[in-house]
Amino acid sequence: MTNHTKSNEFHKQQNKEEMKKQLITFATMIIFTIIAFIIVGSGLMSKMLAIPLLLILALIQVAFQFYYFMHMKDKGHDMVAIMIYGGVWAAILTVAALSLVIWW
Amino acid sequence: MAHDHSLNPETMPHHPEKATLEGKNKFLGLWFFLGGETVLFASLFGTYLALKNSTAGGPTSEELFGLELVFLMTMLLLTSSLTSVYAMYHMKNNDFKKMQLWLGITGLLGVAFLACEIYEFYHYIHEYGFTFRSSAFGSAFYTLVGFHGGHVLFGLSWLAAIMIRNAKRGLNLYNAPKFNTFSLYWHFIDVVWVFIFTVVYLMGKVA
Amino acid sequence: MSTATAQKTSFAAVIWDYLTTVDHKKIGKLYLYGGGFFFLLGGLEAMIIRIQLIKPENNFISAGLYNEMITMHGTTMIFFAAMPLLIGLMNAVMPLQIGARDVAFPFLNALGFWLFLFGGIMLNVSWLTGAPDAGWTSYTPLSTLSPGHGVDYYVLGLQISGAGTLMGGINFLVTIVNMRAPGMTYMRMPLFTWTTFVVSVLILFAFPALTVGLFLLMFDRMFDSAFFDVALGGNSIIWQHLFWIFGHPEVYILILPAFGIFSEIFATFSRKRLFGYTAMVFATILIAFLGFMVWAHHMFTVGMGPVANSIFAIATMAIAVPTGIKIFNWLLTLWGGNITINSAMLWSLGFIPSFTIGGMTGVMVATSVADYQYHDSYFVVAHFHYVIVGGVVFGILAALHYWWPIMFRRILNEKLGKLAFWTFFIGFHLTFFIQHFLGLMGMPRRYWVFLEDQGLELGNLISTIGAFFMAFGVIVFLYNAIYVWFKGEPAPQDPWDGRTLEWAVASPVPHYNFKQLPLVRGLDALWIEKMEGNGKLTPAEPVGDIHMPNGSILPFLMSVGFFIAGFGFIYQTQTNFAYIFLFGGMALALLCMLIRSLKDDHGYHIHKEELEKEAE
Repeated sequence: MTNHTKSNEFHKQQNKEEMKKQLITFATMIIFTIIAFIIVGSGLMSKMLAIPLLLILALIQVAFQFYYFMHMKDKGHDMVAIMIYGGVWAAILTVAALSLVIWW
Repeated sequence: MAHDHSLNPETMPHHPEKATLEGKNKFLGLWFFLGGETVLFASLFGTYLALKNSTAGGPTSEELFGLELVFLMTMLLLTSSLTSVYAMYHMKNNDFKKMQLWLGITGLLGVAFLACEIYEFYHYIHEYGFTFRSSAFGSAFYTLVGFHGGHVLFGLSWLAAIMIRNAKRGLNLYNAPKFNTFSLYWHFIDVVWVFIFTVVYLMGKVA
Repeated sequence: MSTATAQKTSFAAVIWDYLTTVDHKKIGKLYLYGGGFFFLLGGLEAMIIRIQLIKPENNFISAGLYNEMITMHGTTMIFFAAMPLLIGLMNAVMPLQIGARDVAFPFLNALGFWLFLFGGIMLNVSWLTGAPDAGWTSYTPLSTLSPGHGVDYYVLGLQISGAGTLMGGINFLVTIVNMRAPGMTYMRMPLFTWTTFVVSVLILFAFPALTVGLFLLMFDRMFDSAFFDVALGGNSIIWQHLFWIFGHPEVYILILPAFGIFSEIFATFSRKRLFGYTAMVFATILIAFLGFMVWAHHMFTVGMGPVANSIFAIATMAIAVPTGIKIFNWLLTLWGGNITINSAMLWSLGFIPSFTIGGMTGVMVATSVADYQYHDSYFVVAHFHYVIVGGVVFGILAALHYWWPIMFRRILNEKLGKLAFWTFFIGFHLTFFIQHFLGLMGMPRRYWVFLEDQGLELGNLISTIGAFFMAFGVIVFLYNAIYVWFKGEPAPQDPWDGRTLEWAVASPVPHYNFKQLPLVRGLDALWIEKMEGNGKLTPAEPVGDIHMPNGSILPFLMSVGFFIAGFGFIYQTQTNFAYIFLFGGMALALLCMLIRSLKDDHGYHIHKEELEKEAE
């Protein structure tokens, strides 16, 4: 009984620390979003530079979302990762095809 | 094997959402579904990218989009992602009331997002005459963003159903997986939105 | 729930039982019945096509009806015959092979079946008002401009059944990942389970592209959007890409389970373990992976340019390597084995040369420069019938002979089985081999008639004669199934001296499959126990309560809802009255979903005492 309570305390503590990481993740995502909007809103950057940068910012945000918010970094997510990366691979092929070999 | 899986601090497993086989199955099934959804949205994004310049003389993306509203919508949805993380945090600590509270906030943010989207569509249609039927660009835009909006609407209905259903009976091993799968689904909606605001709005404004 | 007890209960009770069942074995049978029915329909359409082409400038059916025939034949055979028959076999066998009591989502499993069935009915209702006539590929703008509602039925029918297939795929994936018996590691799974797994991955990633393509076509046809309307900046190549991003993995979705089936049959009837098991597994994965990157080889003549064409040509040819690995592994499994030749084995042996010819012509059409000659000719028709009939249909028939004792508790008659095989096999080669040459002589596919004095008469006549042989073979098979149902003896539990877990369950299979989950000690788990003189599996758990899911009518009602809504979507372009169907159908479907969400379904338990009583 006491053992159980102790382990509960331990897990509560762990959850709390986890939550701190989540908050940091969230803050980073907000900052990235603001940067992205500033890049476009200010119109200071050329198109060739802005687009890759926007995509990179989006990708990092999404990685945060998957690995932290959705816990893909935790144990027991191997199959999950395989299927998500499989989907991402199929997605890349699809987007590439539809944006590259449609008009000529 | 009693059917009452109600939890108290003594019987609480560390991951109530994955403590039963049903819970594990739901968890994995939803993730795999999201893998498929990735391709679904990729097909929609691909179609949008292919047709984004096909304005047929109508307004272009640069003329249409306003960054202020999109920024507001992004903040609403991003925050709702965090609030659902909070909800899951309280679920793991077996604090049902706080979980419901945070889920409620998540839902309200979702509703606000959807309201903005409806206003946005209304604005485009009435101010610019930019409709689903006016050009291939219009069709692709409303389809992509509308599919996302449809996902938000479905998520909100789902959330309402499980919140109301379980309001009086607290957390148990039968409903914990349901809350958890909802939150995963909700995060995914946010992931899709990150690409929408980047690819559709920001890149559309740059181009 | 054996056939014996089913016969005792009233007819209405049996119907109700099947309408509400969530048992994977019964759902498997339902898939076989549904898929079998559509297979006969598709076969009938094929016969009509062949009769029309029996002589030059024939007038058996009109040009418009001919277009409807070819469209419906292709669509029915791929989506409503081959796929459901394979999914039926997966349902019937895969959970037994991994030592599971059911699939991960029994409710979704039932929903998947009913969606498939109502999708198929939806498509075929179109015969009443004019069937789709834009080919099974429904290329735009032909399909967007096709008058009447034929293509609308195509879109809605495929959309409904496609959703069901996607659910089936996710369900099998989770089942295999989460519900394998103790000791059943991934590398101990039978090849049919492996191919089910890989195919489910393909379904998961391929079907969403079709879903989107169908939505775009639906919006263009029914809601005046402009995706494929060139005047408003649309682009019809988008449809081709989306269709083939789905469509090419689809052919691997069909052929890989057949590969799994042959791997089981060759090992069992050669009394050897499968040669190169590991290579077989990795070849399967490699085929699936490469199969995703080759879709544009269907579009070589579209004008993507030499770079894209070359990339897709090389990727396509690369698939011949893992496929070759498989062919050689099967041959080496046979090599030195103690071979039994029966109907199941005949279909499997017939598959090897037939499929190899199809694979070889596959490499030919993959050569992008040469493809400009083959494209849209009968050469292509011959090629894909060699892989799909010679691979998939042979596989399904082999599997039916092999697993019939588990599914229906009968052994199919050998004499009839051999008669069916030989007539079908000879008919198949008569029908399609000559079509290679017809194609090379310049006969285009999908043409209503051909002209005299172009050297095409004899070839087409032979082809049509062959088709009648095939039809005869199918009828013999059906007769066989009915014959053993009424005249056959109940089959023993393990008639083929099997190697895998499905032969270790009691006959008839109890609805909970395994009283105690088995302990798996290696590949070919049952064979290992047999070799060590145990003869049966070691249980991994003591006899205990078994948790089972409850049946439900909701999957059926939900599918009915979508079915009704489908008509609403189709006819809202004509009359506002159709909105009643649209909203009514959707409301029914959503209401069923809501009930499913709100009503707790904990299933029930079969108690230890009952299990022990049953054993006595």
